[in-house]
Amino acid sequence: MRRLAAVVILLIATSALADEVNVFAAASLSDALQEITARYEKSSGDRVVFNFGASSMLARQIENGAPADLFLSADEAKIDRLASQKLILTSTRVSPLSNTLVIVGTTPMKSPRELTKLRVAIAEPSTVPSGVYAHDWLTKLGLWREIEPHVIPTDNVRAALATVEAGNADAAIVYATDARLAKRVRVIYTVPRAEGPKIAYAFAVVAGAEHERAARRFLLYLQSGAAKNIFTRYGFLTR
Amino acid sequence: MSAGEAGILFLTLRTAALATIVILAPGLAIAWLLARRRWRGKSIVETLVALPLVMPPVATGLILLELFGRRGPLGFLKIAFSWRAVVVAMAVMSFPLLVRAARVAFEEVNPRFEQIARTLGAGEWRVFATITLPLARRGIVSGALLAFARALGEFGATILVAGNIPGRTSTLSLSIYNLVQLGRDGDAFRLLGWSVALAFAAVWIAEVVVRRKSA
Repeated sequence: MRRLAAVVILLIATSALADEVNVFAAASLSDALQEITARYEKSSGDRVVFNFGASSMLARQIENGAPADLFLSADEAKIDRLASQKLILTSTRVSPLSNTLVIVGTTPMKSPRELTKLRVAIAEPSTVPSGVYAHDWLTKLGLWREIEPHVIPTDNVRAALATVEAGNADAAIVYATDARLAKRVRVIYTVPRAEGPKIAYAFAVVAGAEHERAARRFLLYLQSGAAKNIFTRYGFLTR
Repeated sequence: MSAGEAGILFLTLRTAALATIVILAPGLAIAWLLARRRWRGKSIVETLVALPLVMPPVATGLILLELFGRRGPLGFLKIAFSWRAVVVAMAVMSFPLLVRAARVAFEEVNPRFEQIARTLGAGEWRVFATITLPLARRGIVSGALLAFARALGEFGATILVAGNIPGRTSTLSLSIYNLVQLGRDGDAFRLLGWSVALAFAAVWIAEVVVRRKSA
């Protein structure tokens, strides 16, 4: 009887503690995050609700008052922008992940110069992180101006991958982690780490978040060994 | 039907129905004023009401976002990027369809009947409730169904003011867009099937309602 009472009290206590956390996350994180979350929800009792998309779009939504508790951006720039408007809690900011850019397609490629002859799907190159990274790299190689006229800009990195997989582009520049999920195309060129732009994901709790404590809990979990193992398995570089 | 699909359908039907209910009273009031009264600024109101029909939906969405966004004059309502924003976008976009249909329906009511009711001592409200509205009801019902159908398919205004948040604001059309973006065409086709079925049902019912009138 006493044990039953203890169980009941425990159940009431945990359900009272259980919370919902609204996470706005970069599209490239979606598969790894869903796996991490499945475990997290079991162990914590919290529920995680995702809004995946281009970090640039998510940042704009947060600026316009969208109900986000935690923002997981694919670059530092979007977090910087929100920080300058005091829309994130700067003290919670971390940059635990990195990634690599690759070119996916069907025919092997010796040099990125070959991109100048192809229709290339890239996430919108002036705002969406993966597009910005690709643009910066190609500009550094002096190829951007030649490639730009036949770039197919997409809403986010996963849309770039879908475009080449559907055969509507000859190649796409995506993250190595996205390329692993491709079924009909493969990596035809990997941007050398030294040559490519510095890719850093930045996470932070949103200022005035309705579920701030739950957001902090989940952010902490994302930096745990268990979460890092899953990120690594999907190809992310952790530090 | 998967749980996710059921959720999307339910969200879409619920928000579209709410939008139609919300615009019913103001829509009928404006339609009646346009059909039965002459007043200053009538042509301006007429044009304003028709605007969402001819403007790019995304432009309407931008106006709504500026109004309801965090820094907008109506930002304090905290509507943006919630299901309420979906209802607002749908309501604004469907409004002209309801008003147009209801206005035509009111105009087709023979004013003599209303006149007779007045001579028998009925007040304006009673004339409207017992003569005009019942005689115009088929046109109003088909207008409301059209507005509902338009709301079901709303995309451009919704994506700006409500975002495309799965489980929160991703309606049928937004979910189809999402799935195509992710290359999940198979799932997109399933939702496409649902949207065809819903649109068919709404238009078919509207047709039947109108047909009954002419028969």
